[in-house]
Amino acid sequence: MGAYFTEIFRGLQSLAIGLGITFKEFFQPVVTVSYPYETIKMSERYRGHIELIEDEEGKAKCVVCGMCERACPSGCISLASESVEYEVEVKGEMKTKKKKVLTKYDLNFTTCSLCGQCVENCNFGAITFSKDYNLASSRKEDFHFDLLNRLKERNS
Amino acid sequence: MSGPIHIQPGETFTLNVGPQHPATHGVLRVKMEMDGEYIVKAETVLGYIHRMHELMGENRTYPQVLPNLSRLDYLGALGYTHGHVLAVERAAGIEVPERAEYIRAITVELNRVASHLFWFGAFVMDLGGFTPLMYAIQDREHILDMLEAVTGSRLTYCYYRFGGLYNDIDDDFIAAAKAFIPRMRKSLKKYDALVTGNIIFEKRLKDIGPISAEMCRKYGATGPVARGAGIDFDVRKNEPYSVYPEFDFDIPVYHECDSLARYKVRMEEMEQSLRIVEQGLEKLPDGPIMPAKKPKLIKPPAGDYYQAVETARGSFGIRIVSDGGKNAYRFKLRSPTYSNMSLFDEACEGMMIMDALAMMGSLDLVIPEIDR
Ligand code: SF4
Ligand code: SF4
Repeated sequence: MGAYFTEIFRGLQSLAIGLGITFKEFFQPVVTVSYPYETIKMSERYRGHIELIEDEEGKAKCVVCGMCERACPSGCISLASESVEYEVEVKGEMKTKKKKVLTKYDLNFTTCSLCGQCVENCNFGAITFSKDYNLASSRKEDFHFDLLNRLKERNS
Repeated sequence: MSGPIHIQPGETFTLNVGPQHPATHGVLRVKMEMDGEYIVKAETVLGYIHRMHELMGENRTYPQVLPNLSRLDYLGALGYTHGHVLAVERAAGIEVPERAEYIRAITVELNRVASHLFWFGAFVMDLGGFTPLMYAIQDREHILDMLEAVTGSRLTYCYYRFGGLYNDIDDDFIAAAKAFIPRMRKSLKKYDALVTGNIIFEKRLKDIGPISAEMCRKYGATGPVARGAGIDFDVRKNEPYSVYPEFDFDIPVYHECDSLARYKVRMEEMEQSLRIVEQGLEKLPDGPIMPAKKPKLIKPPAGDYYQAVETARGSFGIRIVSDGGKNAYRFKLRSPTYSNMSLFDEACEGMMIMDALAMMGSLDLVIPEIDR
């Protein structure tokens, strides 16, 4: 009989302790932000979708070596290039040389896993992660990014 | 033809729990044959979220599989990626700098705390208490912020590399982790007072949902489920890997075999993980985080390799059979939740349905990890 009442008392006490804790928490400062009116700054290393880096002239640094395309596990990068001729001075003589210029850098973000293999495998420091996370759409085409175009838009 | 349904005495009916049911925490389906509120027979049906990770591991190069491993268990992803890199490093004979191993251990343990915290909240929510989930998520948020600052992602990390890490931790991380430990210890006390002592909670778990040591052995259950049944087995102690032998920590074991024992194991494990993080931060050596000669193309010599690690849910094993090529010939993942789930059918026979669901919560299921 005694044990019965002790248990009831103990049970009620445990509930009171619980209520006390929630009551105390009630007066703690708010820890959430009211998105979308307020947003949190993304950390330095936050991985958004990839973005091209420009050189001093505002052109894409990419030399179209294709390493990122090959490293990507999901095959979401597709590149296209054309070769252009340009002239350089080598030992006082003008010579024409060929180089590849990027014409298309498509990222299919729907299958990207943000693993970072592309950024890691680029030996020319030509791509980086963006801080973009406000991405929402009901059409999957909106996640096929033309990175070269984005670079141009950024510069204009 | 509408009218009341009369069930004859001795007649049973079939109840589908899931595939979309909040108590299963994912797309798991349990077909239950019910006699009133009692379960006569249960049959777990898997395969609703199968993504062929093993096959993907066989038709991609080793580094390309890295992101896959964190998609198994989205709550404790680092433990799984840790197992993967260790297995490939063992196969290919890659040396890992000490600092990298320390950072791996620290981040894995933080991730384990985050995983247990989420489990704690969700488990109490299963039993009808919503508030603890909010507190648990608030604490977990601190860990996720910390991990995001070093790894760049919040859940599906792809941070470890063969031979080391993607990038080093900074002073901010160390300061944040050091500040987090006392905060978390305080929170653990709060949880104890709020939940563990609660009479309703105790009544729903104590002596309910028995899983014996024998059953654990039969089905290969590991982790907190086995430790709640009195089996003192933890891969970190029994088959030490990485830098775990350097740390001083205990393995909580309870012999009651009930749902409460499994709960207590996890709550204590959080404290032990904090101890490991504390020691790791203290002992953290300076040095590189990648070997001097970064392994370029990974082609392990032909052979059969196995590596087990202790993740938040139990012993995760990864077997790689290599034929010397760029891809693995066979890539087998032994996931702890799959084994832990297997015993559910037998264990819940004759139980009331709400007790069975409480027991299911105490198994800490993450469905994508059952269905790889
Ligand atoms: S982050 Fe990974 S998946 Fe995404 S584009 Fe780069 S390599 Fe491909
Ligand atoms: S690896 Fe770098 S330089 Fe090469 S194609 Fe990709 S972005 Fe361009």
